[in-house]
Amino acid sequence: MALADQDMKAAIAVTRFGLGARPGEIDKARSDPQGFLKAQIRRSGADQPAGPAPTSIQRMAEFRTYQRERREVRLEKASDVRPAKPAAAPMDAVGPAMADAAPGKGDARDPVKVVGNMLRQDISSDFAARTQLAASTDAGFRERWTLFWANHFTVSATKAITGTVVGPFEEEAIRPHVFGRFEELLVAAETHPAMLTYLDQIQSIGPDSEQARNMRNGFAGRGPAGFGGANLQKAAQRTPGLNENLAREIMELHTVGVNGGYTQADVTEFARAMTGLSIGGERDGVYGEAVFRGQAHEPGSRMVMGVRYDESGKAQAGAILADLAGKPQTAQFICAKLARHFVADDPPPALVARLQAAWTGSGGDLAKVADALITAPEAWDPAPAKFKTPYEFIVSSYRAAGALPVGFQQVGPILTALGQKPFSAPSPKGWPEDAQSWAAPDAIVKRMQFAQAFSAGAVQDRDPKALAADALGDRLSPDTAKAIARAESRPEGFALLLMSPEFQRR
Amino acid sequence: MNAFTPSPPLFPTRRGLLATAAGFGLSLQLMAVPAMAADSEANKKKVIVVICRGGMDGLSVAPPVGDSEYRGLRGGLALGETALPLDGTFALHPQLTAVHAMAKAGEARIVPAVATPDRARSHFEAQDVLETGAPGVYATTSGWLNRTVETLAAHRKVDAISIGPTAPLILRGKVQTASWSPGRGVDAEARLPTLLQDLYRNDSLLGPALARGLATETMAKDATVGLDGGGAMMAQGGRPAAGAGAQQGREAAKTLGQSLAGFMREPGGPTVAAISLDGFDSHANQAGLLTQRLAYLDAVLDGVHTGLGPEWKNTVVLVATEFGRTARANGTGGTDHGTGSTALILGGALKPGGIVGDWPTLKQNALFENRDVAPALDMRGLFKGVLAEHMGVDRTALDNAIFPSSAAAKPVMGLV
Repeated sequence: MALADQDMKAAIAVTRFGLGARPGEIDKARSDPQGFLKAQIRRSGADQPAGPAPTSIQRMAEFRTYQRERREVRLEKASDVRPAKPAAAPMDAVGPAMADAAPGKGDARDPVKVVGNMLRQDISSDFAARTQLAASTDAGFRERWTLFWANHFTVSATKAITGTVVGPFEEEAIRPHVFGRFEELLVAAETHPAMLTYLDQIQSIGPDSEQARNMRNGFAGRGPAGFGGANLQKAAQRTPGLNENLAREIMELHTVGVNGGYTQADVTEFARAMTGLSIGGERDGVYGEAVFRGQAHEPGSRMVMGVRYDESGKAQAGAILADLAGKPQTAQFICAKLARHFVADDPPPALVARLQAAWTGSGGDLAKVADALITAPEAWDPAPAKFKTPYEFIVSSYRAAGALPVGFQQVGPILTALGQKPFSAPSPKGWPEDAQSWAAPDAIVKRMQFAQAFSAGAVQDRDPKALAADALGDRLSPDTAKAIARAESRPEGFALLLMSPEFQRR
Repeated sequence: MNAFTPSPPLFPTRRGLLATAAGFGLSLQLMAVPAMAADSEANKKKVIVVICRGGMDGLSVAPPVGDSEYRGLRGGLALGETALPLDGTFALHPQLTAVHAMAKAGEARIVPAVATPDRARSHFEAQDVLETGAPGVYATTSGWLNRTVETLAAHRKVDAISIGPTAPLILRGKVQTASWSPGRGVDAEARLPTLLQDLYRNDSLLGPALARGLATETMAKDATVGLDGGGAMMAQGGRPAAGAGAQQGREAAKTLGQSLAGFMREPGGPTVAAISLDGFDSHANQAGLLTQRLAYLDAVLDGVHTGLGPEWKNTVVLVATEFGRTARANGTGGTDHGTGSTALILGGALKPGGIVGDWPTLKQNALFENRDVAPALDMRGLFKGVLAEHMGVDRTALDNAIFPSSAAAKPVMGLV
């Protein structure tokens, strides 16, 4: 009994806390499942995907070049032939490279298309590297923990301008901080150029700031960062002012949560406090770098959630972020979300309380929270309650086969078909993680089609019964084992494993 | 292709569908429609809900060009002579050409100051309230359209479908509904579907979902004949694929609408449908963003209209968003989260008329909290009116089961 329990725990450690078992992995966890996981907590943070790692600043510069050339070509065309067409759609520009993104012959000399394809290739190779890391890592828990935070602080390629920096954002702002204090992670994420751009902070200007006054008085001053593309031309038409998007989402999604006790007035005040946070433009030296522009900052004290902030400059936003990070509502909101991610869509309250106690007791030390999660008995219920997201399903399929996706084409299109387009969460809330979001009839049919096609190439002459035992350990049910044993071919047996109720869950 | 129907029948018969379904070892019950019921008028009534996520700006969908405050509040974002005129006050966004043609034919109306009961200005809370139909967030986990199907199913055969790889909350709940997005289809001769159905026999999540998915694939063989190209789009909440040009985007969007219509025209096909479009959150560069999103929406609606053909006369389409946006433009060429927005109601079943509900105007003292379009109509009243008069749902169910504790939100009558 005790032995069986240990076997089950080893399977849970690798499949629920981790990203699914590679052949032999459950064996490695068997002697001490909790220790196997705790050894993956690392102060220095998460692993970084392999390969060249261009910075977000480099990527933003590339994007600027692309926008400029696009604009020039458009202006040339407009003056050349026909009357100007309305501005092209903002979202038609850049997404991960799909089959249609391969540079065609006719595109070879079109600089816009060349750079556009380069950008798409960048996004694709970032995503492929990240998926390869997930499929091959020996520290599956560390990577799952990291993916949780990357999703918590979503930056999405649904906005063309942020597409090329989702990868760098994760590498620069998220991965180094996932086992540090939450406040550090929060500040790193919110002040990163990718987040400032994604949630429209870069153009937000204090209505009574020096810059706004200059703009109203007709002085050019130093305009918004210049990453708005077409916005630049429109800047003249608009009254300089606030954009409250980032302020609201920090409160609603990243810290205290929608029931955290803030009002519309708090959102607006926080937005005022954050004015000045932007990214470098033409005259700031480094293009695309996070900067603070004092002349765009709204002067004066701010009142947020009952606290008065007399700080000036960027210290004001910093003080508010620090206070938000330390609020009990933040601990409550995020610990509940962690429990939902790791254990169940409707997690045991005792588990949430345990995580919250670890958070509060350590001042938001995420290593301590991770440790509490591993130690919590509620997290080890043998029944697999979590339905895998498409990314988790695809990654765990590769792990079960002991294989590595060689490139974006192997993972990108199928994830898009399953509703989880790479780096393109539909909103700042990130990807949903509940079963109802991912188990629609169409999605199950498409998972089955993937399993069929993947198995045909992945299994070769290996025994699917052994692969199933390796992939699920003690979680393999007699029904599934029987179905695999009766399969008429090895690929069919492996497809049955991938589609089995216990492999679809964790 | 499958073993039972060697070539696709030009006019699919119910027997053909059943035979194809049988190839997957499906329960025939799932596909069967009582012949008598299928012929009755009530069974032909169709309702489609289009959810536009992100807080669609009502003042851009149907700009009140005749409202004296409009230009001042919107500045550079105000739409002028390019807007498509409706009446002395309102026009439609220049991209909504198909909607405008329907409006001119008396088959589309605007609801210019409508809101859910939620006032938090949070996308996610407001979408929950919009889709669950509850008076507040976290009150229930199923969608009101699913509970509508549940209510109607007590009286007649009724079926629902969502288009896209994930099912929107509005259609989630007790009743297993269909979902579909373009793909390469299922080989009916493969063993895997049958083996899996056996493996899922005790799985309450995967079992019904797979059975339903296979049945829908079967129907798709007929429903989407001759249509191609909406695929990549749909998988991403209606955003164009990388590199897709504007025209290509419109074509794909129209195909998407036609595919949905194709399912709804099938014998025994769904009569209730939901489709969800992302990307309306216009904090910055609103003009460009909405030009693209509204062109897409217009093309989807155009596809539904043309695709339904003779069934259009039995159809009502509702287009709604979780909240509207600030009446004033913000400092970054966009607008922030607001309250009242504009819904659209379209369909051949619609009675012609002017705006639905009142227009509170944009005068400063009329704005909600001195910032947003004031809500003049509870969105639930709009939905309830359509469900009551068009779909024949009774008032008690509407006030309690479908929109809990909503008796005060009276159905808007006379729309159909």
